[in-house]
Amino acid sequence: MTYEEQLFKLIQNDDRIVVMTAENRAAIRNLPELIGNKFIDVGIAEQTMVGAAAGLALRGRVPVIHALASFLIFRAYEFIRVDVGIPSLPVILVGGVPGFLSDGNGPTHQAIEDIGLMRAIPNMGIFCPSDNQDLIEGLPQLIESGRPFYLRYFAGSPVREHTSSVELGKAEVYPSNGESTEDDDVTILTYGFLLGEALEAQTILQAEGLKVRVLNMRTLSPIDEDAVFDAMENSHLVVTLEDHFLIGGLYSIISELFMRYGLIANVLPIAFDGKWFKPALLRDAMEFDGFTAQQITKKITTRLIEDGFFNSSRSSGEIISAHHYA
Amino acid sequence: MNYRLSLQTRHDNKYNTIMSLRPEELQHLESLSLRVREHIIKMSTGGGCFIGASLSCTDLLVYLYSHLLDVSPERVDDPDRDYLLLSKGHDVPALYGTLAELGFIEQERLGLHLKTSDHIYWHPNRAVAGIEFHSGSLGHLLSVGIGIALDIKLRGGKNKVYVILGDGELNEGSIWEALQVAAAKKLDNLIAIVDRNHFQANIRTEELSPLEPLAPKFEAFGWETSRINGHDFEQLHEVFLGTHLNTTTPRVVIADTIRGKGLPSIEARADRWFVNFTHNEVEQLLGELHGNALSNLTSETLMVR
Repeated sequence: MTYEEQLFKLIQNDDRIVVMTAENRAAIRNLPELIGNKFIDVGIAEQTMVGAAAGLALRGRVPVIHALASFLIFRAYEFIRVDVGIPSLPVILVGGVPGFLSDGNGPTHQAIEDIGLMRAIPNMGIFCPSDNQDLIEGLPQLIESGRPFYLRYFAGSPVREHTSSVELGKAEVYPSNGESTEDDDVTILTYGFLLGEALEAQTILQAEGLKVRVLNMRTLSPIDEDAVFDAMENSHLVVTLEDHFLIGGLYSIISELFMRYGLIANVLPIAFDGKWFKPALLRDAMEFDGFTAQQITKKITTRLIEDGFFNSSRSSGEIISAHHYA
Repeated sequence: MNYRLSLQTRHDNKYNTIMSLRPEELQHLESLSLRVREHIIKMSTGGGCFIGASLSCTDLLVYLYSHLLDVSPERVDDPDRDYLLLSKGHDVPALYGTLAELGFIEQERLGLHLKTSDHIYWHPNRAVAGIEFHSGSLGHLLSVGIGIALDIKLRGGKNKVYVILGDGELNEGSIWEALQVAAAKKLDNLIAIVDRNHFQANIRTEELSPLEPLAPKFEAFGWETSRINGHDFEQLHEVFLGTHLNTTTPRVVIADTIRGKGLPSIEARADRWFVNFTHNEVEQLLGELHGNALSNLTSETLMVR
């Protein structure tokens, strides 16, 4: 089932749903003829689309609105904040080609601060599907949530069988070697499209004898605090992997979480550190900035060496002091 | 007073003749406007308010709420009501005063202006009965109005959406974006009203980013455009009853008004946009509103923008 097939199915059973776009039809190109006047294309006018979505929501609708993530979130941010955020209206904001997925478009199209901005809006949910299956399972839940939600769109094929169904606020756990343990060496926290790289890195590191857990966060707001704390308590190193700026994304979220509880954790962030990524075809762009599974693996092992991890007794459950770069 | 006749006129379009206001209707409108202006003046102390813009759109709001809008205190949640959105927002004292006079909110609440115990502050919000949506950030509510108008059409409703825009607000690009979208969607149930008081916060509009010729701009965007004197109830009556006739496009009424209308000592002055008057000055202004001598004002305008 595709995203638009799921959306069409939901519309047939829920009169509240209307579909809007700022002339971005990639994921919904067959809907106009299927849903008629419930398909509202405003043209390249993101601000007007968001304001109009608020007006529709005031009348009881649940608008599912589409534009490229960078224009939906950045161009129309103040409209999202004012017209959707302040009254907390149930508008589903679907942002296309977020993060690395803008590949060769350049910095104008790089939505890599979208999560930082959206999570600053009170009651705004953030859903980052890792593939089409997450997307299809999550969409009806966003619509039923009754709150505004940012959907960081990704509809790629699943790279591995999921271990759990989507539940908003719950992370999906891929245990090390397929079995839950309490003495993992590394836990990789990630979301969206990069789950594939994380799982591949898990495979590589496990072949080297390490115990590696991967968390598919799925929603960054709300965040699965229990899963994050479990990872921190039961692994030597926590890695945050995201195609987002270091500021405002998952690394920020867990840092704030640890600080709130007065905890110090050993964390390796892999993110964009204050610079746009090099525009290129997707795989080349990922490689240039060090986000392929092999490069992620190397960063993790390098860090473990710096920690003296391979020289130590590797006692489980140990929490090393605040991380340091050599 | 039979306002129902005019409502009837628009709903079944049986009557093609626009009837002028009867003398008692005109008198009622004038006395209502006077009372709303009194409320505004009283809100211009104890923290102050955007008095100039409030006074310029008072007659518009009074006419719309008492003669045109199909809404009442008992029907603020009726999906078939007419909607009024105050996009420029800072003129909300005129709306508070109108809603208080017409029984949407208790008049005593106006005394709670800027108090934490109520929600009567410098911009509109939905905690005040009769207010459809919050504003304060310029250039938003034409878009929100498009969404409401779209839904009304989706449901086959006959009600209308009125959006009051400031002329300074027309500086915002989002207005012109929304004008295109509304025309493209043929939203004949959407009516914009420009309170053309010729000033924006600190300066005359034409001295900064000239808007004129304004009517042709709207016409070029595909909007049916009228221009009237926004303080003349007969003209308001004529143009707004006209908006009930069948058209296929959104409509805009440019209402030429005077900033500070009713108080000659502050009329059409750039430095009387936002003022926090003393109690003594408020007393003088109330007298001036009723035809007494000009007030002696020494309070400085507040540079809030």
